[in-house]
Amino acid sequence: MSPSSSFYSAVPSADTVARSFFQRVGERCFSSLRFAGGFGLLCYQVAREAFRPPYYWKLTIEQIFSIGTQSFLLVAVTALATGSVMALQFGYGLSKFGGKLYVPRLVALTILREMGPVFTSLLVAGRIGSGIASEVGSMKVTQQIDAIRALGTSPIKKIVIPRLYASLIALPLLTLFADYIGLFGALVVSLKELGINSEYFIQKSIETLRMYDLLTGMAKTFVFAFFISICACWKGLNTEGGTQGIGNSTTWVVVTSSIFIMISDFFLTKFFIITVFPKY
Amino acid sequence: MSEPSPKIALEIKNLHKSFGEKKVHTGVSFELYEGEILGLFGGSGTGKSVILRSIIGLEKPDAGEILFESRNIVRLSERKLIPVRTKIAYVFQNGALFDSLTVEENLSYPLREHTKLSDEEIHERVNQMLELIDMKGSNDLLPAELSGGMQKRAGLARATIIQPQIILFDEPTAGLDPVNTKRLLDNIQKLKTKGITGIFVTHDIPSAFEIADRIAILYNGTIYVIETVEKMKLSKDPLVQSFISGSVGPDH
Repeated sequence: MSPSSSFYSAVPSADTVARSFFQRVGERCFSSLRFAGGFGLLCYQVAREAFRPPYYWKLTIEQIFSIGTQSFLLVAVTALATGSVMALQFGYGLSKFGGKLYVPRLVALTILREMGPVFTSLLVAGRIGSGIASEVGSMKVTQQIDAIRALGTSPIKKIVIPRLYASLIALPLLTLFADYIGLFGALVVSLKELGINSEYFIQKSIETLRMYDLLTGMAKTFVFAFFISICACWKGLNTEGGTQGIGNSTTWVVVTSSIFIMISDFFLTKFFIITVFPKY
Repeated sequence: MSEPSPKIALEIKNLHKSFGEKKVHTGVSFELYEGEILGLFGGSGTGKSVILRSIIGLEKPDAGEILFESRNIVRLSERKLIPVRTKIAYVFQNGALFDSLTVEENLSYPLREHTKLSDEEIHERVNQMLELIDMKGSNDLLPAELSGGMQKRAGLARATIIQPQIILFDEPTAGLDPVNTKRLLDNIQKLKTKGITGIFVTHDIPSAFEIADRIAILYNGTIYVIETVEKMKLSKDPLVQSFISGSVGPDH
């Protein structure tokens, strides 16, 4: 065979490319359906077992502390930076129109409604979602999940439910901290960089903010926490392929949770605008 | 006068199992008698462990029955399997200890879950068990701090601490040096003197001959032969002889 013919034979035909494309699309569709089914089934199992004894409150409390201590510093730094940068950007942008005094109102609303919940959830998805997926995944590949079952106990009760409850409690609390820390950052920057005094900042923030601003933001985090924890547990419990499989599961959980947070945030905001926020 | 027939502790009837295209079991049937240890031989990938995992409910067979206490346990839900799993224990090949828990916490796990013993009683039972497996004083060690042999013995102790009726051993001596193999077999021998019933899956023929009362050979998806150790040793069957002598590789 001449070198040129071997070169041409290495180039895949249009038919092969099309088949490989459709095969990949098919695999993606199949794995999405598998996830949807598995996620639904795990939710059903959790709902069935959550109200039946035994209850492992100690495990839940351990998980709350674990999530809280693992994420607090990260959340605090991010919230501080976000609040500060937002105050700076709004101050710079609005000063062109003489609207610098609107900074407290804008920053407070943005942090409570969007930035606090979404940024905290994204960080928790990265930090805790990956942590749960890798921990549960390594338990799966080292047969510890099988051992839980073989010893007459339920992995749903021992593994999934404590992590779900802990996420549902810890994420809104972290968001609350993030909101306050973000506002504090904005207050400090407003004072030092924009010349807005603290009393004015606090007064305008209180005037603008309503309880529903805080509560709708926190309500979003319940949805995000539910998704992150169940998604991470499902992926961990279905991890295959040793250490590489654990790595893949971890990445997958972070990506999927982040996409879910971004997309669902839009629809949740839309939902709250229709149902909770006052009509103008 | 003929001997009274032994009581059946567990009965496997016509078990079928496939993984995708691969048919692993094509009609496995045998009985396990009370107080006996049944050695189960077979090449790698012939589905010996799958039989044990099906008995404990970690795998669902495609067809067939597993009768325990006159009840088919194959289609039981996870919740209904809990009482079965307190009576049948599974000793994992690598111990499968919970790596975030200490040896004491691992051993006390079944006691805390299934008994109402006080903390002191649990501690005492754990210490007795650790003494039995020659691991006295290792209560506070983590699994990562144990040798392979110790992990297997701790796994054995965790499975048996709740005093199950039947113990399923999944290659307990695999990967162990002769000293640790001897120790583990001594531990199983001690349990045997207490009258336990068990299935001993292994490639380690001498260990199985030492521990088991009967031997079964799994071949081509079914039980090829099941006989007492003495009869098995005297068997003229070429396949049995090749298994015993090791002249047929485990993959055949």
